[in-house]
Amino acid sequence: MLAYLVKRVFQAIAVMFAISLIGFAIQDNLGDPLRALVGVSVSEEVRDQLRDELGLNDGFVTQYLRFLGNALHGDLGTSYFFKEPALDVILKKMPATLELVLGATLIIVGLSVPLGVYTAIKPKSILSGIIMGLSIVGISIPVFLTAILMIFVFAVNLGWFPSYGRGEVVHVFGSWDTNFASFDGLMHVLLPSVALASIMLPLFVRLIRAEMMEVLQSEYVKFAKAKGLRPMRIYFVHALKNTLLPVITVGGVQIGTMVAYTILTETVFQWPGMGFMFLEAVNRVDTPLIVAYLIVVGFIFVVTNTIVDLIYGLVNPTVNLARMGA
Amino acid sequence: MSSLSTNEIPASRWSRIWNSKMGHSFRGNPVAVVSLAIFLVIAFGAIFAPLIAPFDPYDPGQIDIMNSEYPPIWIEGADPQFLFGTDDQGRDLWSTILYGTRLSLMIGLCAVALQAVLGISIGLLAGYIGGRLDSLLMRLADIQLSFSTLMVAIIFLAVTQAMFGSETFNQYAIYFLIAVIGVAEWPQYARTVRATVLAEKKKEYVDSARVLGFGPMRIMVRHILPNSLSPIFVISTVQVANAIISEASLSFLGLGMPPSQPSLGSLISSGFDYIFSGSWWITAIPGVVLVVLVLVINLLGDWMRDVLNPKLYKG
Repeated sequence: MLAYLVKRVFQAIAVMFAISLIGFAIQDNLGDPLRALVGVSVSEEVRDQLRDELGLNDGFVTQYLRFLGNALHGDLGTSYFFKEPALDVILKKMPATLELVLGATLIIVGLSVPLGVYTAIKPKSILSGIIMGLSIVGISIPVFLTAILMIFVFAVNLGWFPSYGRGEVVHVFGSWDTNFASFDGLMHVLLPSVALASIMLPLFVRLIRAEMMEVLQSEYVKFAKAKGLRPMRIYFVHALKNTLLPVITVGGVQIGTMVAYTILTETVFQWPGMGFMFLEAVNRVDTPLIVAYLIVVGFIFVVTNTIVDLIYGLVNPTVNLARMGA
Repeated sequence: MSSLSTNEIPASRWSRIWNSKMGHSFRGNPVAVVSLAIFLVIAFGAIFAPLIAPFDPYDPGQIDIMNSEYPPIWIEGADPQFLFGTDDQGRDLWSTILYGTRLSLMIGLCAVALQAVLGISIGLLAGYIGGRLDSLLMRLADIQLSFSTLMVAIIFLAVTQAMFGSETFNQYAIYFLIAVIGVAEWPQYARTVRATVLAEKKKEYVDSARVLGFGPMRIMVRHILPNSLSPIFVISTVQVANAIISEASLSFLGLGMPPSQPSLGSLISSGFDYIFSGSWWITAIPGVVLVVLVLVINLLGDWMRDVLNPKLYKG
């Protein structure tokens, strides 16, 4: 296990290293830092001098090592537009995105388990047919279209919900303002969360259903039935427990995917999170911010995947460690 | 299919498909039949768009800004020459949708073709040769899969757009989209093909081919690959649906097809700005076409998965 852990962490570091290299290559080729710093009205001599001072004339390796050293100290450059450290800008926007992910996760967990278990227990019932039919429709609707549809119906036509922004937020600490503490905030977070959940929910319903149906065929469930345990106890205590392992591992990986989908939901709802900021940064060619976003998102992906793999290795002793590189 | 002729003429390819297990299951499944019919209608419209469409949306001479935002003909205030109304630039929506579907479908199919070529070759090599090469390639596949395709595509296209400027980017957007969706999803094929190759490699027909002195290349492509086709078919349908959704999402974000040459995604995106002013059809009609297209492909994929029931790579 220890060897597996070490290898897995080593792989994570190697991937982060590769991401930093890509980030540096982008920084090196995209935009002109001097122009962003002093504008166009400075003479060529002063520019050369500045370029020397900033180390822009150094070799690729020297510059990369400097970039890496700064990154390890949490310095990912200064945003051209905000005139603030890029990492600070992103960390300020991050709570808004994470709250959206949290809202969507609550909806997914709350709905997928009962729906998945029901369709597995009663595969032939009409309601199961409807749920499964809706799930394939749900998979086929792109997340931005769901978001637009909800704005059109619930915000424009019915006027029940606000159509953009975070509304009234309650300050918690640091740069974290929460949407979950006021009525107005909850109204604002509901539509984007549902839109974000809509793409993942069908996936999880189908996954739980498939795993559950497999488990229900197993010997120990038959034994529990023969022993006369109440069906509810068999389904929710014995069977569900063994269904959740693959669901948790898939779920962990999907957290990363959800960060990508937040870009779409944030764009539609003008939600002031990381994804919205990233697209603005792209339009402004704010290179340090683009690179910082790449590194932060890459970090989120690498960390969640590594943790998920480790949990998987930990809770499932039958996992073939050799295949996974131990 | 009369009993008289079957003895004399060898069954044609078409009648072999018609009488196969798949053919029977297809005829017994109304959902699959309807899905295929709808898909064929959409594909027909897409392929023959230049012949069917009453206007050419790429020809500035046929576009008049004065015609903008006419509603579809079943709503009051419509202009009868525009079946589904017009978009914000005064283009006929029906023609633009036909051309847009053509682009969406083409990008989806080309991207999946690229995925398949890359993934199948890598999967065959990894499975057949094995050893260090196999573990290296599969490790790469794990890493690639751990990053969401959409995220990789968004960052790649955003950086490309910022680097080349939007004008050059728009010109080559279609190639960038195909390349990024095609490259990011190769592990889906590679893992499945590798798993099938590992199972097939042990069978006797492979041994006999090797004893006959055939080279590894020939054994891989001519002997093992044809026996690995059913999982490839099943993945391909799902992948086409996903690729079309990815393309639409990227175009919606402004990182794909430009508004001057819109795919379904960019059409929805340009309509989104007008949804608050009441011009819902610019978004809604392309949206419905997109959802129906993806839905029928997914339904066909579901049916195919039930019939072929391949052992897909799991976990």
